[in-house]
Amino acid sequence: MPQLAESLVSATIDKWLKQPGDSVELYEPICEILTDKVNAELPSTVTGKLVKILAGDGEKVDVGTPICLIETADSDESVSDAAVNQTQTSGSRNAAESSEEQSTERSMRSRLSPAVQQLAAEHGIDLAQVQGSGLGGRITRKDILSYVESGKKSGTVQARAVNMDPKLAVRTTGLHLAETPKIPQIEIEKAIPGRGEYFIDVTPIRNAIARNMRQSVTEIPHAWTMIEVDVTNIVILRNKLKDEFVKREGVNLTYLAFLMKAVVNAIKDFPIMNSVWAVDKIIVKRDINISLAVGTEDSVLTPVIKNADQKNIAGIAREIDDLARKTRDGKLTLNDMQGGTFTVNNTGSFGSILSYPIINYPQAAILTFESIVKRPVVINDMIAVRSMANICLSLDHRILDGVICGRFLQRVKDNLESYNSETTLY
Amino acid sequence: MPVMEYIDAIRLAMKEEMQRDEDVFVLGEDVGRKGGVFTTTKGLMEQFGQHRVLDTPLAESAIAGVAIGAAMYGMKPIAEMQYSDFMFPATNQIISEAAKIRYRSNNDWSCPVVIRAPIGGGIFGGLYHSQCPESVFFGTPGLKIVAPYSAYDAKGLLKAAVRDPDPVLFFEHKKCYKLVTGEVPDDDYIVPIGKANVLREGEDITVIGYSLPLHYVMEAAAELEQEEGIQAHVLDLRTLQPLDKDAIRAAVTKTGKVLIVHEDNKTGGVGAEVAAIIAEELLYELDAPIMRLCGPDVPAMPINPPSEKFFMLNKEKAKEAMRNLAMY
Repeated sequence: MPQLAESLVSATIDKWLKQPGDSVELYEPICEILTDKVNAELPSTVTGKLVKILAGDGEKVDVGTPICLIETADSDESVSDAAVNQTQTSGSRNAAESSEEQSTERSMRSRLSPAVQQLAAEHGIDLAQVQGSGLGGRITRKDILSYVESGKKSGTVQARAVNMDPKLAVRTTGLHLAETPKIPQIEIEKAIPGRGEYFIDVTPIRNAIARNMRQSVTEIPHAWTMIEVDVTNIVILRNKLKDEFVKREGVNLTYLAFLMKAVVNAIKDFPIMNSVWAVDKIIVKRDINISLAVGTEDSVLTPVIKNADQKNIAGIAREIDDLARKTRDGKLTLNDMQGGTFTVNNTGSFGSILSYPIINYPQAAILTFESIVKRPVVINDMIAVRSMANICLSLDHRILDGVICGRFLQRVKDNLESYNSETTLY
Repeated sequence: MPVMEYIDAIRLAMKEEMQRDEDVFVLGEDVGRKGGVFTTTKGLMEQFGQHRVLDTPLAESAIAGVAIGAAMYGMKPIAEMQYSDFMFPATNQIISEAAKIRYRSNNDWSCPVVIRAPIGGGIFGGLYHSQCPESVFFGTPGLKIVAPYSAYDAKGLLKAAVRDPDPVLFFEHKKCYKLVTGEVPDDDYIVPIGKANVLREGEDITVIGYSLPLHYVMEAAAELEQEEGIQAHVLDLRTLQPLDKDAIRAAVTKTGKVLIVHEDNKTGGVGAEVAAIIAEELLYELDAPIMRLCGPDVPAMPINPPSEKFFMLNKEKAKEAMRNLAMY
């Protein structure tokens, strides 16, 4: 059955036009065939006499399968396969030739392949004892394996030291396209008692912190500045209100709430502080969402106070308490973590008086509020004891410069110092 | 399990992926109204509409370019080259843009495009409808290349290709479309890219290949075992880039005698790289010279049937090469 069309693999014989005994001319139609694509008459490929039909009417035949036998005039050896496929002979002839070669010729007897030498050395085999079944009497890998299996291991030849583990001996020249670069495995030889090292698995959260910090430090050119604020009025104000506040609201009135309000009001006056670097433009965010850095024993998270500009001091205090509690309990949701536009870190809570924060990527700046310390301060050429605190700011120097940040910090300072005993929380 | 043709498995994979993900769409010459010249995309336009099954102009550079742009913007296009022969006008887009964008943009951009192209001859297609272009793309870092052998792999690999975050060339053999049938589960499975598949276990020789010629190898292997007791170990690479080196090493180590088979011409083909890997890493496992059975190094597939037959691999050629290696 010939291939009549692209991608055709079989055809159905519709009707034979010639019957056994009929003589056929070259190219004379012998049958009609049907396929998915075409219906056609099948011409004869030889002149002769149709001897036998191999596939009857309606039979589906694969391409390449003989469908009939035609006796040709010049063929004395009865019938020839008219349709297709006469290639069988070459293969078996080759086989015959090479088996002849094998029996007579021993030219390959001493040609040892790497695999044979390797196996012979491994098993301590005297190769003179091994029959070769390969081409030209060659000893094949299989010959060695069956020799070993048959237990005819020669006692006289000892296994030579083979200090080559085939698993380790894999050699690669250069780096192959198809593989990822190998990471060297370093094994610690032995733990030295008393002063060895030990390993801490990196938790997913540690990994996330590391990645964010590295991204921020490598991408953002950081600059840093600090200002000193007199918070005496806030201390007095808080002392006056805090007991009442706990009773009424159930949460503590912290200095952080006052600071937060002062920062948010300053951002309103300097919206550029609330922005993101986007290579060809700077995106200024209208919503002021303050990320609050909350530390736990083994990590730091930055939950977000959303729309902080629309909340009063009491509202902020309640939200700080809520987020801090959720953080410690590990109950923060993804929603609590998203959308921050500016970060505040209350570093004073752990006693710091000066810190150099890393910006919470991709924001433009981060502000820290340091410990409140009583210090002698000169006011109107007189020395007074005042409650002082430092405020530090790290800034993205692509977006912000010294002048604007100086003004922003000055505004924060003014806001903080303008609190007085008349200030209301609501 | 449903039994279906290779071409149906490819169509089913596209259909399932388009149902699963709205970002997946198909584009190419005649893929819509006509359903593809081989009917590979038949019915997709009726089901998903003309916005997700786009009939394009006869401009492969544009087909690839549009698909690559859409992919970089977050879509998951499946671009069809009507014949892989027509793919060459698009090579600049594929090699210089798709393959390199992740590297060039320092990971900011990626290009999850799939480019399907029917390869190979044996269908009386002559020069312009029979070529195997694997070697043109094979040495390009940044591209993945798959070439399924069975209907099962065709579906699983195409689904994996659609979901892959990087450009994947999907070379389906056009002669396999109707010739190859097999069981294909109708559930959502994938065949992982980069994993070869042992088709047959054997102790005497190892045959490594991909796509259509492995069907001839499998037939020859069955006959050789029955007639001459030769047991062939057959490894289907499935993925050409990246090559599954572990599987190649394991298959070679099994017998120490290797025959590499593909329809693409011998010089500079995939087999050359496989042979180089073996030579680099497995010298001490080899028991015979590495042999290759490939298409001849002539400029084109001839159009006349006797010459086409000469060019194409078949069971007899595979059987003879396998026997010679076994006897070495």
